[in-house]
Amino acid sequence: MSITGTTTPRFARGMRLREDPARARWVVVGPERLFVPDDIALEILRLLDGTRRVDAIVDELAARYAAPRDAIAADVLALLTDLHAKGVLTA
Amino acid sequence: MTPPAPLGLLAELTHRCPLRCPYCSNPTELSRASAELDTETWGRVFREAAALGVLQLHLSGGEPAARRDLPEIVAHATAAGLYSNLITSGVLLDAARLKVLARAGLDHVQLSVQDAEETSADRISGLRGGHARKLAFARAVHEADLPLTLNAVVHRQNLDRLGDLIELATTLGATRLEVAHVQYYGWALRNRDALLPSRAQLEAATETVTTARVTLKGRLVIDYVVPDYYARRPKACMGGWGRSFIAVSPAGRVLPCHAAESLPGFDFLNVRDASLSEIWTHSDAFQRYRGTGWMPEPCRGCDRREIDWGGCRCQAFALTGNATNTDPACALSADHHLLDLAVQDAAVAGGNFTYREMGPTIATG
Ligand code: SF4
Ligand code: SF4
Repeated sequence: MSITGTTTPRFARGMRLREDPARARWVVVGPERLFVPDDIALEILRLLDGTRRVDAIVDELAARYAAPRDAIAADVLALLTDLHAKGVLTA
Repeated sequence: MTPPAPLGLLAELTHRCPLRCPYCSNPTELSRASAELDTETWGRVFREAAALGVLQLHLSGGEPAARRDLPEIVAHATAAGLYSNLITSGVLLDAARLKVLARAGLDHVQLSVQDAEETSADRISGLRGGHARKLAFARAVHEADLPLTLNAVVHRQNLDRLGDLIELATTLGATRLEVAHVQYYGWALRNRDALLPSRAQLEAATETVTTARVTLKGRLVIDYVVPDYYARRPKACMGGWGRSFIAVSPAGRVLPCHAAESLPGFDFLNVRDASLSEIWTHSDAFQRYRGTGWMPEPCRGCDRREIDWGGCRCQAFALTGNATNTDPACALSADHHLLDLAVQDAAVAGGNFTYREMGPTIATG
């Protein structure tokens, strides 16, 4: 199963995006797992609410940054595909 | 110099356990129930840990469910904002008790299995009927909608069924499988001849994992590391001594690694007497092997010294008698041949176990 524009990705059970106040950053925590998203990844992950499709996430970011949709779509798909393979996201 | 903030806390709530695994990582001197920390003290430890920077909490044992106050302990973890992972043998928890834990905010369950085959699994754990109870428990985890990791400690007597273990993980709805080779200190060192796998077994196992990772991509994550006895370089034990991890024993002693109580010449401070932050930052136990200043050659001049931090102190002590030595798992160690000798001995040894048990002369502190 792969991520496309029509999938609705969300955090896998047991995976959580949360603040890490001691280190002034945000992290995704799971069992024996810790991912530190960079600023762009964090923006994308914050849009995962379990109802938005990938297309909608790309639209939102393209509007927000007035950036070309294709470039954003490539970044978003790359990130989501990677995190899906790592078990952080389900689709 | 202030040390980095710890990320993980291992809370060993009790040494009590109905199983008797011959590789149990508990110390050979087990603590009695009367010596265990109470609910409120664990709550304070969790709050101190969170303030120090800990994000992940592993509730372990022994069997953590041997404590009747486990729901209150989980609630304390939730209130402290910690991600809670229950490391359990699954034989003491039914669906009803599990639901109570889920309601208290438990984030994740890690269930251990001893083998994929029932007769062998029950022989290894020393508890007849244990395996069947684990399978029932895994279904309860699924019904409670909690995420599940299956943990399989592997060795000579079950490694040939690694493929079946992987299949069991997917059947039980686990999204992660941790395949952990036995670490040889404490009880496991006593059973090393019965547990060490052969090189042929290991090569087949690595092959199995590599294939399964591809076919199960996106469904099951498999954690697997080549064991020390066949590696050329050691692992960064606990991510380095006193760098990211704290363990607290059932009686409250604060340890840089859950096996550290096996090391002589340490006076591990107790959470009853000092705060976690004081112990982490200033105690002799945490400072002794922190960083690279303590290292002898060949570590001292090695360019991997801040990658593996010289390996495991407990293994260095167990095999060479001196915890300050380079981990013999490293091929650069003068004691590396000890591992090859052990492999040769095990190749001709039988499969009988010395099971873990509470001895009659065991201290209660
Ligand atoms: S390793 Fe086995 S005996 Fe030791 S605590 Fe875990 S389940 Fe119990
Ligand atoms: S010599 Fe020491 S630092 Fe270098 S690889 Fe071996 S254990 Fe690691």
